[in-house]
Amino acid sequence: MADNNLSFVRTEMLQGQTPPLGERGIVRWIRINLMATPVDAALTVFALFLLVWFVPPMINWLFVQASWSGVDRAVCATVSQGGTQPEGWSGACWAYVNANFNQFMYGRYPQDQHWRVNIVGVMFVVLLVPLLIPRIPFKSANAIVFFFVFPIVAFFLLVGGWFGLPYIETATWGGLLVTLVLSFVGISVSLPLGIVLALGRRSKMPVIKMLCVVFIEMVRGIPLVTVLFMASYMLPLFLPPGVTFDKFLRALIGVALFASAYMAEVVRGGLQAIPKGQYEGADSLGLSYWQKTGLIILPQALKMVIPGIVNTFIGLFKDTSLVSIISMFDLLGTVRQHFNDANWASPQTPISGLIFAGFVFWIFCFGMSRYSIFMERRLDTGHKR
Amino acid sequence: MASQDITPAGTGSAKVSLLNDPRIRGYIYQLVVLVVLVAVGYWFVNNTIANLQRANLATGFGFLDGRSGFDISSHPFTDYSSDSTYIKALYVGILNTMLVAVVGIITATIIGFIIGVGRLSHNWLIRKLCTVYVEVFRNIPPLLVIFFWYSGVLAVLPQARQSIALPFSFLNNRGFFFAVPVFGQGAWLAGVAFVLAVIGAFLVRRWANKRQMATGQRFPVLWTSLALIIGLPFLAFALKGFPVTMNYPELGGFNIKGGALVGPEFMSLYLALSFYTASFIAEIVRAGIRGVGKGQSEASHALGLRAGTTTRLVVVPQALRIIIPPLTSQYLNLTKNSSLAVAVGYPDLFAVGGTILNQTGRSIEVVAIFIVIYLSLSVLTSLFMNWFNAKMALVER
Repeated sequence: MADNNLSFVRTEMLQGQTPPLGERGIVRWIRINLMATPVDAALTVFALFLLVWFVPPMINWLFVQASWSGVDRAVCATVSQGGTQPEGWSGACWAYVNANFNQFMYGRYPQDQHWRVNIVGVMFVVLLVPLLIPRIPFKSANAIVFFFVFPIVAFFLLVGGWFGLPYIETATWGGLLVTLVLSFVGISVSLPLGIVLALGRRSKMPVIKMLCVVFIEMVRGIPLVTVLFMASYMLPLFLPPGVTFDKFLRALIGVALFASAYMAEVVRGGLQAIPKGQYEGADSLGLSYWQKTGLIILPQALKMVIPGIVNTFIGLFKDTSLVSIISMFDLLGTVRQHFNDANWASPQTPISGLIFAGFVFWIFCFGMSRYSIFMERRLDTGHKR
Repeated sequence: MASQDITPAGTGSAKVSLLNDPRIRGYIYQLVVLVVLVAVGYWFVNNTIANLQRANLATGFGFLDGRSGFDISSHPFTDYSSDSTYIKALYVGILNTMLVAVVGIITATIIGFIIGVGRLSHNWLIRKLCTVYVEVFRNIPPLLVIFFWYSGVLAVLPQARQSIALPFSFLNNRGFFFAVPVFGQGAWLAGVAFVLAVIGAFLVRRWANKRQMATGQRFPVLWTSLALIIGLPFLAFALKGFPVTMNYPELGGFNIKGGALVGPEFMSLYLALSFYTASFIAEIVRAGIRGVGKGQSEASHALGLRAGTTTRLVVVPQALRIIIPPLTSQYLNLTKNSSLAVAVGYPDLFAVGGTILNQTGRSIEVVAIFIVIYLSLSVLTSLFMNWFNAKMALVER
């Protein structure tokens, strides 16, 4: 009878087996992410083909073949073009960027006065970085110094003419200095002005509302170059004979007014998204208009439109490059000005200079957009509908 | 007892100072703003008149009838010479602006849709490549992209003698030469046939929709329309004995003969505007498609629709509603950015106007023309896109 008991009970567990090769590790990743369907596989092959066709020559041009230092165009031109490079050579001309680096940063700002710009730059970074890191305390004091004290100090330092500092005409400014000054002033003027315009557009007073609507829609309808054109050709006509305006200041006014119209629309979006109950709640607490706006509405509205605000900042930063059209020399303008320098003209020079300028613009804009994403996540209180 | 001593709140309200009445205060604020505005305006006008008188400048738009005296390098739709009037020059400028804007919008939309869909692809490599494209072009000034094409790429192309030969076309530092058809006698019939075919295809679609609604039977609309649109003009051509010859560009001596030419100015502006705006359109498309709830496509699959049909009939129509409003503002941006043409010397409205301003010194008039024309272009584009948006919007019962 005992033989009849054929049932088998396992006394110990089997070891878990590793998944099949196609279901683990890199193979699985490739199967899911690159080869999920035949079309996917074809796309992957196509993309790989593009990469192989494009990336190695690019790296070769950018780094391997590039000429990194030199004093004139000889290092960036082939023998037949009057240089020292072998026939058929093609590579980036970083020597051109290297040699003109000071020009690209300061423009024609006198060499022995560069320390003034450097001090302003260091102050800018020292004040801005703690403002951007949420954990560091004393935010309001920091902001007051950054937006009110710093511009005044920077103005006296950069322009000079006081305390024994020689006066430096804004016409000699150039390069990244101009780009950054224009963007800083543009940003710090356009945000408050944009908020005022947005509030005006939602005002119940018809005259004020109409004025704001006309201003915003008109500026948004025309290109920035036209606004800059107006600022540089028509502003002098509007002022009493004999009164002249610094060209730099005129460009600043143009850029700031232009950006504030766009800012106003972004802020208006935020104002419209605030539920009516918030307005009514503030009214029922007996708050005045400015208390209501400043304490209840704007904090919520601005938080909601941070991405839009930063996008406008980025747009403004990129738009500062247009001042080269009214013959001012920002970073892009300075780089372009130096293409035609007989000392450096070669087929590789323009593209190298433009890639350098593009890289600098890119770093600033990309940094701003990343910071806005970070801020958006941090401020997200989960009230999104 | 004490309560009797208290005057009821509110009885004094009739005697509140007028300054505390929000309505009256509103009127006062507006009055002040208006007075300041009028005063500043008056001051500006006065100064302007004084300045103009001092500089001996006349005003008015009469100067537009004068001889322009400058050449415009590219005037594809009209005949223009330096003997033409200023107003004609402006007209050429407007046409050039519109040309680059329309062509740029079409190209940017195509690239933008491809990249935007690519950013949502399941394929990791494609997704990353599209992200790189968007992040690169979004964060660089458009002017720089224009110069990149103009001085970086197109200007260093070989001379006419060593032109890069492409099928039926040549590329060199003077531009892109390509073959164009030259229509002979009777070719107009094909044009008429084309228009008729388009109208016919439209009618067929309407009829097929109606029939499907009534009977549930479907009709191959796409193939019929294609057959109509291609076949009818072809038939018309055949009837007239193919009155068309191709004008091929040919390499001859120091230049290229024949064919049509697109100059490097137009090309750099067009490529830069398309590539730059495409990066923004890609983000809009991505947001639009992600904005359509997952439940929508799941429900559609549950109803038995295939992936392609789901995309075409369920996802895209809903995504378009999210996409169109921001897309409109990108189109407007592209049109406005076309004024950057002045930097590479493409004769758009802004460049032509700038030349006129330099010649005549009529800054107020020229700027007024700029504002009017750019505003009307903006209004036209928004009107069209609003119409399209209304057509696409969700029609709720």
